[in-house]
Amino acid sequence: MGGFALDLAHLLAGGMVLVSFMLLYQNRMFGLLNVFALHAVVLTASVAWQAFIQQAPHLYVTAAIALVLKAIVIPLALRRMVVRLEIHRSIETVGGIGLTMLMGIALVALSMMVMLQAAADADPLAREDVALALSVILLGLLMMVTRYNAVSQIIGFMSLENGLILAAAGAKGMPLVVEISIAFSVLVAFIVIGVFLFRIRERFDSVDTHALDDYREGRQ
Amino acid sequence: MGDRGIGAETACAGGADTADEGVFMPVVVALGSVAVLILVAIAAPLASRRPAIATPVVYGTSGLAALVLFVTALAALLGHLDVAGEVVLPLGLPWVGAHFRIDPLSAFFLVVVDLGAATASLYALGYGAHEDHPERVLPFYPAFLAGMNLVILSADAFSFLVGWEFMSLASWALVMAHHHEEENRRAGYVYLVMASFGTLMLLLAFGLMAGPDGVYAFAEMGNRVREPWLPGLVLVLALLGAGSKAGLVPLHVWLPLAHPAAPSHVSALMSGVMTKVAVYGFVRIVFDLVGEPVWWWSAVVMGLGALTAVLGVLHAILERDFKRLLAYSTVENIGIVFIGLGLALAFRTNEMAGPAALAVTAALFHALNHSLFKGLMFFGAGAVLTATGERDIEKLGGLIHRLPVTAFFVLGGAVAISALPPLNGFVSEWMIFQAILLSPDLPQWALKFMVPAVGAALAFSAALAGACFVRAYGVAFLGRPRSAAAAEAREVDILSRTAMALLLGLCLLAGIVPGLVIDAASSVAIQLVGHDMPPQPLFPSLSIVPVSEGRSSYSGMLVFIFILISSGLVIWAIHRFASKTIRRGPAWDCGFPDASPATQYTADSFAMPIRRVFGPVAFGSYIERWMPPPGDPSPARLKVVRHDLPWEILYAPISGRVSRLAERLNTLQFLSIRSYLSLVFAALVGLLVVVAIWA
Repeated sequence: MGGFALDLAHLLAGGMVLVSFMLLYQNRMFGLLNVFALHAVVLTASVAWQAFIQQAPHLYVTAAIALVLKAIVIPLALRRMVVRLEIHRSIETVGGIGLTMLMGIALVALSMMVMLQAAADADPLAREDVALALSVILLGLLMMVTRYNAVSQIIGFMSLENGLILAAAGAKGMPLVVEISIAFSVLVAFIVIGVFLFRIRERFDSVDTHALDDYREGRQ
Repeated sequence: MGDRGIGAETACAGGADTADEGVFMPVVVALGSVAVLILVAIAAPLASRRPAIATPVVYGTSGLAALVLFVTALAALLGHLDVAGEVVLPLGLPWVGAHFRIDPLSAFFLVVVDLGAATASLYALGYGAHEDHPERVLPFYPAFLAGMNLVILSADAFSFLVGWEFMSLASWALVMAHHHEEENRRAGYVYLVMASFGTLMLLLAFGLMAGPDGVYAFAEMGNRVREPWLPGLVLVLALLGAGSKAGLVPLHVWLPLAHPAAPSHVSALMSGVMTKVAVYGFVRIVFDLVGEPVWWWSAVVMGLGALTAVLGVLHAILERDFKRLLAYSTVENIGIVFIGLGLALAFRTNEMAGPAALAVTAALFHALNHSLFKGLMFFGAGAVLTATGERDIEKLGGLIHRLPVTAFFVLGGAVAISALPPLNGFVSEWMIFQAILLSPDLPQWALKFMVPAVGAALAFSAALAGACFVRAYGVAFLGRPRSAAAAEAREVDILSRTAMALLLGLCLLAGIVPGLVIDAASSVAIQLVGHDMPPQPLFPSLSIVPVSEGRSSYSGMLVFIFILISSGLVIWAIHRFASKTIRRGPAWDCGFPDASPATQYTADSFAMPIRRVFGPVAFGSYIERWMPPPGDPSPARLKVVRHDLPWEILYAPISGRVSRLAERLNTLQFLSIRSYLSLVFAALVGLLVVVAIWA
C-alpha cells in the first residue's frame, strides 16, 4: 500500500496547489468563493487521507473542522457579506493573469527546490507534503499581494492558512491542540476582518483598499 | 547552577537574620541602603506637591543612606569587616541571578562615590531650596545615587549593566531638569546618544568575556581561558564604553555639555563621582576580569590619557562658563587617572610589582582627590550661581568681598586642583611622576620613549591647570564687579558652606597625611597588581616614601607647617613694622579716575597667549579681522573663530549620514498595506532563494 498511499497523498496535495492557481485568476466574487470552498474540500480530503495512512485519529477531527468551517461556514458567511456589501456583481481587475501565473509557477519551483534540498533525508511522504504546502502558502501570499479588494485578500489569507494546516497534517506528531487552535484563530481572524470590512465600507463606501491608502495619504 | 542557587538562599538568609546566626554581611547593609534610595526615588513624586517638605526629606534620607554606605565601605576597605561572601538575589537573568559583593576594589570606589554623595546631599539641603522645579530633580537624585552604587556592588555582568543604565538614565533626567533652555535639550540628546553607545560597547565587552557558554558572574569570568585576540578587543571596547562615560578624548564631547546643564549638586556628582564609576568599570574589566595584559595596552591607555589631559585643560583655560570650565577640568583629571592606570599596566606586564603598585595607588589616589576637589569647586560654582545668577566669569568679579567664606573655600579647591602643596592634588600627581621616573627600567623601547613624553604632557597639563584656575579665580573673585548681579551678591546658606568646608578639610587631610590613603588603598593594589606600596610611616614627620628613603620622599605636613610659620611670620612682621593706619584714596589711573570695571583684565585676555600658541593646532582657531571700508566711521572688529575639532571630524559626518539615511527610510512609514505585504512577501521569497542556493 506504500506506493499507493504516497501517490494519493501526493495527488491530493498537488490538487491543493492546482486549486490555489485557480484562485489566482478568479475575477468574480462568487467564483472566488466557490473555488475557495473547493480548496477547503481538497484540504479536507488530504488531511483525512493523512489520518488514514498515519493511523492518527485526531487528524479526522482536523479534517472535520476544515470541512465544516472552511468549506461551509466561512464561504457561506462571506457570500452573505458580499451580497450585503453589494459587490457580488462587480468584476475585479486581476491585472496580468499570465504574469501572475508565471510568478506562481516560479514560486512552486522555488518551494520544491528549498524543501527537497533542506529535507533530503526525511520521510518522502512528509517531504512532498511540506513542499506542496509551502507552495500553497506562497501562492496565498501572492494572492494577497496582487489583489486590491479586501474580500479577495481575506480569501488569500484563508488559503494560506489551508497551506499551514496541510503542512501540519503531513508532519507526524503534531498535537491536536495546535490544529484546533489554528482553526479557531482563523475563525477569530475571519470575524474580526468581517467586522472590519463593514466598518471600512461604512466609512469609504468601498472595500477597495485603495480608499484606505487615499485616506492615509490625506492625513500626512 | 543548582548549587549556586542554594548558596544564594543561605547567603540571603545569613544577611537577613543577623541576630540569629551572628553573621554580619556588609554587602547586605549596602544593598539595604540602596533599597532605601530606590524607595525614596519612588516616593519622591508623591511628595513633590509640597517641595518645602519633600526637599529636605529626600536629600536628608539620601545623605543618610550614602553615609551608611560610606561607613560600611570604609570599614570594609580598612579590613574591620569581614567582606567574604556574595549575595545572590533571584533577579535579572534567571540562570545567573543578581550577584553582589564587596571586595577591596569596590570598597574603595564605594568610599569615593558615597563620600561625594553624602556631601552633595548636605549641600543640596541648602542649595536645593533654590530649585525652581524640585519635582524634576527630587525623584531622580536618589535613583542616580542608587544606580552608581549598584554598578560598584554588582558582581555579574547583567547587574553591572542594569546599574550602569540606571545611572545613565537617571543622570540624563537630571541633565534635562532645566529643559526649557535649548542648550540643555541639546546636551541631554548628545548625552543620551553617547551613553547608549557606551553601554552598547560594554555589553559587547562583557559578551566577549562571557564567551559562548555565557559565564556572566565575575567570580568565574576572571579566570577563563580565552583566545589570544580576545583580550585586546575587550580592552578597546572597555576604552570606548567606560571611556565615553569617563570623558576620554575623543569621546568627551557630551561631558562639557551635560555636566554643567544639571543643577550644581548633580554637576558635582556627575563630574566628581560618576566619572569615577566609569574608571571603576574600566579597572574592573581590564585589571580584574579580562586576564593578563599585553604591554601595548599600556601605551594605548597612557597615550589616550595624555591626550585627554592636555586637550581637556586647553579647553578649560579658554572657557568662560564657570561650570563648563570645571567640566573640561574633569576631562583633564580623568586623563591623569588614565595615565596612572596605563603606567600600572606597563609595570604589571613586565612584572615590576613595586612600581605597578605605586602607579595604581597614585591613580586611585588621584581619583579620590578629584572627587573631593571637583565636588568642592562645583559647590562653589553653585554658590556663585545662587548668589549672582551668572555662570559667565566675565560678568563676575569682586566676589571675594561679597562672598568671603565661599571665596576662601573655592580658593582652597583651586589650590588643590592646581596640584599645589600642601593639598591633596599635589600628592597624587607627584606619585604619578615618581612612577614615571621609574620607567627607564622598562624593557620595551617603545615604552621607554613614550613614558617620558607622557610625563611631559602631564607636567604641561598640571602647569596649564594652575594657569586655568588662577584665571578663573582671579576673574570671578578678585577685582571689581563687572555686573550689577555680581555687585549685589549675597553669601550662601550655612549648609552649603558646611559641605564646602567639609570637602576642603578632607582635601587638606589627604594632603598632609597622604600615608593614610596609601595604606587604605594597599589591599586594592594587592588585588589589582599583586603587590602594594610599602606601609607609610606615620612618624617621623608624616612623610610618604613611594619607593625608597634614599630616592624620594614628601611630607605634606612639613610643607603645611612651613607655610603656616612663614605666613605667620610675614603677617606678624607686617603688623609689627608697617604703618597701622589704613588710607583709602583714588588711584592715579592714568588720569581717568573713575574707570569702568570693563577696563579690568578679562578672562579672554588672560587666556590669549595660550590661545595664540596652542589654538591653531588644538582648535584650528584663527582671528577674523573686519575693517570698515574707507570713510566708514564704524569700529574695526576682531573675531576669534574656534573649532571643536573632534566634533567636526568625528561626530558631525556620522550624525549627518545617519540623519540623511533616516530621512530616506522615513518613506517606509507611509506605504500602503499592499506594499507592506509585498515587502514581507519579497523578504520571504528572498530568504527562501538564499536557502535554496546555499543549502
